[in-house]
Amino acid sequence: MQDKAIKDQISEFMAQAFSGAVIAHDQDIFEAGFGNSMFAMQLVNFVEVTFGIEVDSDDLDIDNFRSIDRVAALVQRKRAVAAA
Amino acid sequence: MNIAAEVTSAQAEARAHWQAVAQAEVAPFARQIDREAAVPEAVMAALREAGAFASGFPEAFGGPAGAQGDPVGAALAHGALHEALGRASASVQGVLNVHHMGGSALARWGSAAQKAHWGPLLTSGATRCAIAITEPEVGSDATAVRTRAEVDGDGWVVSGEKAWITCGASADLFVLIAASAAGPVALLLPREAPGLSIAPIPDMLGCRGYAMARLILEDVRLPGEALLGKPGFGVSHVAATGLESGRHNLAWGCVGLAEACRQAALSHVQRRAQFGEKIAEFQLVQQLIARMSTEIHAARLMCRSAAVARGQRAMTAAKEATMAKYFASTMVGRVAKDAQQLHGAAGIGPKTPLEMYFRDARIMEVIEGTTQILEVMIARFSYQEGPA
Repeated sequence: MQDKAIKDQISEFMAQAFSGAVIAHDQDIFEAGFGNSMFAMQLVNFVEVTFGIEVDSDDLDIDNFRSIDRVAALVQRKRAVAAA
Repeated sequence: MNIAAEVTSAQAEARAHWQAVAQAEVAPFARQIDREAAVPEAVMAALREAGAFASGFPEAFGGPAGAQGDPVGAALAHGALHEALGRASASVQGVLNVHHMGGSALARWGSAAQKAHWGPLLTSGATRCAIAITEPEVGSDATAVRTRAEVDGDGWVVSGEKAWITCGASADLFVLIAASAAGPVALLLPREAPGLSIAPIPDMLGCRGYAMARLILEDVRLPGEALLGKPGFGVSHVAATGLESGRHNLAWGCVGLAEACRQAALSHVQRRAQFGEKIAEFQLVQQLIARMSTEIHAARLMCRSAAVARGQRAMTAAKEATMAKYFASTMVGRVAKDAQQLHGAAGIGPKTPLEMYFRDARIMEVIEGTTQILEVMIARFSYQEGPA
């Protein structure tokens, strides 16, 4: 799956989670006040189910979830490791 | 989706199995557990033998065989266990619930080494787990915990106090939530850790077999390997995983407790005669029976839907577990009250279990998220969804 397609899906998910808000791919969602405890696990479940990866304790770094770009990078990294 | 029609023979078998185990091994001890505020070791041994401690866990962690290939069936079977336990003894349901809450957080966020070590111990029931979030001054706002974990060399030093911890007086291992310089942390706290003292809380209103206790931590030293997940993620991910499991389990437990109330009510109204006829023939009695039967059915369907979503890892799973717990915990309060009312004076006396059911039911709206907190969550889930 291309990087753009991954980002589009994450973008769509976040827009739904944040009541239709338009979020730039490099926007820090936590600084912007979008992130909350309920959303945190929703995001993990979303990327696992949608992209077929497993987020484990080593991935629990706020930088991995800070923006659409960062989440997409996590997905790409995990998929590359799984494919290797 | 016709949830009621989706019962496969394997799921029906699981329901029958857990009902049989719970009625034979747990129900006969329910009043004793309430009276003595402790679950007899024989009950725990029987549940270990039946595989109850493994239920709900991933197969790779030591959960039931086949869970990986049929996660929906496994989630429904796990629900059936908690419904059966709730019907037999709300206290015992709670013991298995907190075991699964702490254990599911560990199974989800533990390192490979943590899972390899604790998986067999937890799923066999050799080690009993619980989760320690609440404090004397911190309830719903878990991110505000005051118990402090400081980095000390390769490990941690933890001080503070936890309160209202289910199985605090009986669990072997706690998933402890504490504050740290890097945000909330989850730590694996063994019962025998030096510096940990446990103070049982007697005279609880209901669910007295929960073995509620305070945990007092004075410079408790834990190794670095005790960290579950990463600093900063103790509440948002680790505790949240446990709480979602707990809401799912407790919703089923409430259905079971309500069913126990309903069965007692059905038996009583068809036996008891007043004014020359069975009180079951009175329309105002029928109203109460109709209401409780319908509400229990509705709650059970919500639980089934939540279990299917959980098994499928649907995006709605957390919302459905929250809604199921919200509805089932308020429903069981109404059912217990009506069942007690139908029993008249006998319902408030010591010779029927109705007064115990009534006290146990009251607990359900308080734990694993108060009714009011769940209302806030459900509203937020709803805002995410719409308007379409």
